[in-house]
Amino acid sequence: MNAKLKETILNPIFKGNPITVLVLGICSALAVTVTMKGALVMALSVIVVCGISSLILSLLRNTIPGRVRIIVQLVVVAMMVILVDQILKSFEATYAIDKQLSVYIGLIITNCIVMGRIEAFALGNKPWPSFLDGVANGAGYGLILLVVAFFRELLGSGTLFGIDILNRFGYVPNNLVILPPFALILLGCIVWVQRSIQKDLQDK
Amino acid sequence: MEYLSLFVRSIFVDNMIFAYFLGMCSFLAVSKNVKTAAGLGLAVIAVLLITLPVNYLLNKFILQPGALKWLSPALADVDLSFLSFIVFIAVIAAMVQIVEMVVEKFSPELYSSLGIFLPLIAVNCAILGGSLFMQQKDFLNIGQAAVYALGSGIGWFLAIVSLAAIREKMAYSNVPPALKGLGITFITVGLMGIAFMTFMGISL
Repeated sequence: MNAKLKETILNPIFKGNPITVLVLGICSALAVTVTMKGALVMALSVIVVCGISSLILSLLRNTIPGRVRIIVQLVVVAMMVILVDQILKSFEATYAIDKQLSVYIGLIITNCIVMGRIEAFALGNKPWPSFLDGVANGAGYGLILLVVAFFRELLGSGTLFGIDILNRFGYVPNNLVILPPFALILLGCIVWVQRSIQKDLQDK
Repeated sequence: MEYLSLFVRSIFVDNMIFAYFLGMCSFLAVSKNVKTAAGLGLAVIAVLLITLPVNYLLNKFILQPGALKWLSPALADVDLSFLSFIVFIAVIAAMVQIVEMVVEKFSPELYSSLGIFLPLIAVNCAILGGSLFMQQKDFLNIGQAAVYALGSGIGWFLAIVSLAAIREKMAYSNVPPALKGLGITFITVGLMGIAFMTFMGISL
């Protein structure tokens, strides 16, 4: 059992990463990665939403009729997202980040990772593994987000978490990196690196 | 004239895919051939065109701060905007269900060609994203909201059809094995995004 739980936690982070392997939740992954701060807040929000909604729906799994389950899932996820959004709005430190992330916090509702894990895992498993699965998938998502944000903030503004790193050495920020298309190219490169290491993921 | 400007802006400058990455999951998953891509694109236009004006009215008369004034002056300082996520997603899920039933009843051909995509659209970020952007943009009347919906839908349609066309051609090219499939698709989308950026700054 313990080995299985470990697998549940570790698999989504590398081998079955929701973004680079399952191709879920790309929508928000790219838009929020201009700065590390934004990416970190987004990653934490997704971990919370994904973990807790998996837990709730796993507890409810035997009482939800199959036909209406999508609506029930949406309601639970939307409720969690509203809570996260309200919490972010209510602290001064996070309010500015909430404004910067604008609609993307709301779009966690339609983030395929959350719905996908609920459909694929939480509805067929006990609450505790479901919770871990949700958190681990959120973490796998967050990891990619932080990697992309690291390069984009470092090369695009010369800073990390708003602290000057490269500019003091006379680095001229590359504006292309801040533009949306570069996030896609960067993600393409991450996929390239991962698939060069894990050959079994390559397309035939 | 302002309608035309809004229309062109929402297709090219504020393109859902290339500027905001919305609806990326189905964009990547369903762009393997042009025919199905066009089907999904049309369905997205239709659903956006229905849900966005409905959500506009809900936002204007129920959700906005002070929107309940028309009911009784005592409600003038009620702010229900925290409910917008759950209301919007409920409207979208319900509308998708209704569209599905109507299409099934009146045009079984179209239904069988769109069949699988329609339920998926409920969790397409482009639809919810459209409503959330509408809430931020403060449109003056429902006409503007409808034009914005049409424009964003067409922008999404154009993007998915052109990516599908490129991917069909790319099947014959010699891509490094680790980059094949997902990786090269990301990079292609990134390059298309750069091409779309030439529209930036155009105003009519």
